[in-house]
Amino acid sequence: MSTLALDRLERAIEAVSAVPDPEIPVVSIADLGMVRAVRLAADGVVEVDLTPTYSGCPATRLIAQEVAAAVERAGCGEPRVNLVLSPAWTTDWITPEGRAALARYGIAPPAPRGQPEGPVLCPRCGSEETEEISAFGSTPCKALWRCRSCREPFDRFKCL
Amino acid sequence: MTTIHVEETPHLAYVLRLADSALINSHRLSEWCGHAPMLEEDLALANIALDLLGQARLLYEHAAALEGRGRSEDDLAYLRDAPQFKNLLITELPRGDFAFTIVRQTLLSAFFHPFWQLARGSSDRTLAAIAGKAEKEVAYHLRHAGAWLVRLGDGTEESRKRTVEALETLWPYTGELFEVDAVGEAMIEAGIAPDPASVRPVFEQTIDRLLAEAGLARPVAAWMQTGGLRGVHTEHLGHLLAVMQHLQRAYPGAVW
Repeated sequence: MSTLALDRLERAIEAVSAVPDPEIPVVSIADLGMVRAVRLAADGVVEVDLTPTYSGCPATRLIAQEVAAAVERAGCGEPRVNLVLSPAWTTDWITPEGRAALARYGIAPPAPRGQPEGPVLCPRCGSEETEEISAFGSTPCKALWRCRSCREPFDRFKCL
Repeated sequence: MTTIHVEETPHLAYVLRLADSALINSHRLSEWCGHAPMLEEDLALANIALDLLGQARLLYEHAAALEGRGRSEDDLAYLRDAPQFKNLLITELPRGDFAFTIVRQTLLSAFFHPFWQLARGSSDRTLAAIAGKAEKEVAYHLRHAGAWLVRLGDGTEESRKRTVEALETLWPYTGELFEVDAVGEAMIEAGIAPDPASVRPVFEQTIDRLLAEAGLARPVAAWMQTGGLRGVHTEHLGHLLAVMQHLQRAYPGAVW
């Protein structure tokens, strides 16, 4: 790959990675583990593979549009954006930075799958005295919890 | 807009069945939006409906690609008439009371969770990929509906009575989950579809465990309902489609 092409690819990767999640703007789609690949196709077009989080997540199409716009803004031309279903997205793909950003924003990050679940810490006061109010929340990826210490309700990322 | 006619190969017919069941189940759940007994359940039922709608869209998109005539997921959902829908009859029954909805969702989730798990090994790569997502989502639905089934069965006299009634009404519709016709046989043969017979032991185990916890017994059905796979429906589907398809039929090609 020429230096020029490499430079273009790097700019594209940077632009794609920085696209925020429309529902939770403090995390990027890269932090959520939605970006599977960014590459230069044989015809010179930037190609982006995205993994949707939930089958019915209404934000998926908006995210694909915003990825396309970001690549164009970075001067890398109009990209092809593919939605790749397999392997299926899991909350284990959320990066440590993403988890930290979620917690700072007031959303308790998901527990790693396949491990015994520890206590869910209140993202506001850090207490372990928390309980689930509802297994479903305001978006497909969240459940409703509350803290018995500080009495504040909070969102928790569902473990998928 | 005039009704479309889809030339169904066994493969296309099979994918459409799965899509139709997901869509109709989703539509019935979405009818609870604003009517559930409490805010948390309003959110929960709408969220489950959204997951199923997402699965239906992926399946219709796949069906449209298999057909290869440039049709969209919307064409398949909005421009076919009742006899062309091949959903399971259990999905089209009116939403009933909360107990009815919970029993239906428990039965469906207890079947589709092991079903999608097996379908991850489908020789149809797209179907396998859809199954990979659906399996995780349905596991969550099963946990939720199952917990409510236990709470209602083991709850008050009234909640128990309604749950028993729902169970007795819905049980005869569970035979269809395991029905295999010529299309099904061809798909199992081709490694595209899981054999529902291998799903049955897991389904029965899940249901028996939940019913035992709820203090309820599995109903004995003298006969099982059938017809969905052939497009022979209850009187309820036509009314559902009249609501669901109204906009595209009244304003053909409308977009926003």
